[in-house]
Amino acid sequence: MIAHILNLGRRGCDVLEALGRSGLFLAQSAVGVPSREGWYLWLRQMHFVGVLSIAIVLVSGLFIGMVLALQGYTILVDFGAEQALGQMVALSLLRELSPVVAALLFAGRAGSALTAEIGLMKATEQLTSMEMIGVDPLRRVVAPRLWAGFVALPLLTIGFSVVGIYGGYLVGVEWLGVFEGSYWGGMQSSVAFIGDVGNGMIKSMVFALVVTWIAVFQGYDLVPTAEGISRATTRTVVYSSLAVLGLDFVLTAVMFGGFS
Amino acid sequence: MKRSKTMELGVGLFMLAGILGLLFLGLRVSGLTFNMPGDTFRLEANFANIGSLKPRARVTMSGVTVGRVTAIELDRDWYDARVILELDAELEGKLARDTTAAILTAGLLGEQYIGLTVGGDPEMLVNGDTIRDTQSALVLEELIQQFVSNMVSD
Repeated sequence: MIAHILNLGRRGCDVLEALGRSGLFLAQSAVGVPSREGWYLWLRQMHFVGVLSIAIVLVSGLFIGMVLALQGYTILVDFGAEQALGQMVALSLLRELSPVVAALLFAGRAGSALTAEIGLMKATEQLTSMEMIGVDPLRRVVAPRLWAGFVALPLLTIGFSVVGIYGGYLVGVEWLGVFEGSYWGGMQSSVAFIGDVGNGMIKSMVFALVVTWIAVFQGYDLVPTAEGISRATTRTVVYSSLAVLGLDFVLTAVMFGGFS
Repeated sequence: MKRSKTMELGVGLFMLAGILGLLFLGLRVSGLTFNMPGDTFRLEANFANIGSLKPRARVTMSGVTVGRVTAIELDRDWYDARVILELDAELEGKLARDTTAAILTAGLLGEQYIGLTVGGDPEMLVNGDTIRDTQSALVLEELIQQFVSNMVSD
């Protein structure tokens, strides 16, 4: 019995310690002063986590927009309210689906790769070697990845929304025959730039921070074995997804829940 | 070196696409316009009951949108609702003083908006004036109550 309680206490301390370590880690890596060199490292990571993720994000956005329009149309047409299709597609994409789905895809596509890459660096003692020759691995390896993720995900989210709304247009207007003017007009009269687009962007920035933070921390903090890397990669995807979905509820409640 | 140039180009295009996308979301999706503050003028209208009219609702004339509701507040002198309207500056001095404002509903389930109908007064409304002749929103419960009391009295 005592042993169980001891075990529980040890687990709790471990969790708290990891949280504290990751907080310090975030603070230390985020203050990396951007030099000419650091700029180039950031650029390389932008290319890897941003540019190479465009395809999957845009294709998912297109299909999600098309499905939204199709599903929305079949329901709205019962109420004779198919003019509200544009409004429905735009609001659900901007407020919820783009930030969340783009962050989940980003965690799977880029987050897991970041963890595996940094983890392998640690397992092959590249990080220790860097410290030996006087290069700060937080600044050299972690900071560019953190900043790249933080900039790339909001941009990908914008792309997701744009393509999704266009996908909704293709299905709703071109295929199902909703009047084009009411698709765009309903959207424009109901979407607020700060309230909807801006809040979606804030959500996306929060998710970007959380997802890249989890990814680089898991890579930096893993047990340096083959098994450790595979576990850390899995944990990155699982923790990021849970954190994104949980935070999404909290942010939605604060932004659109009407408590103010 | 060549490889890094293409990478720089890729990242640059990616960021440019992001900014263009945000511009699209602003202009096309949320209908953001860069109106000067002087492009509108203010009118007030008091209604006995505004139903579920909300700020940012449309103000129309013959179905054409000519402005929007900017604020709704309780008038403490008369205990009715004072609605502040913002109309296109082109209409300033063109609306007769006896213009009527009615709260209408778009469709069966639609949102509520204000419809203006011009009158014949030679004097015109200017910035800050109050529309006297108003018609409240239809409240379903009141309508049913009237109907029932008419039935009973018949």
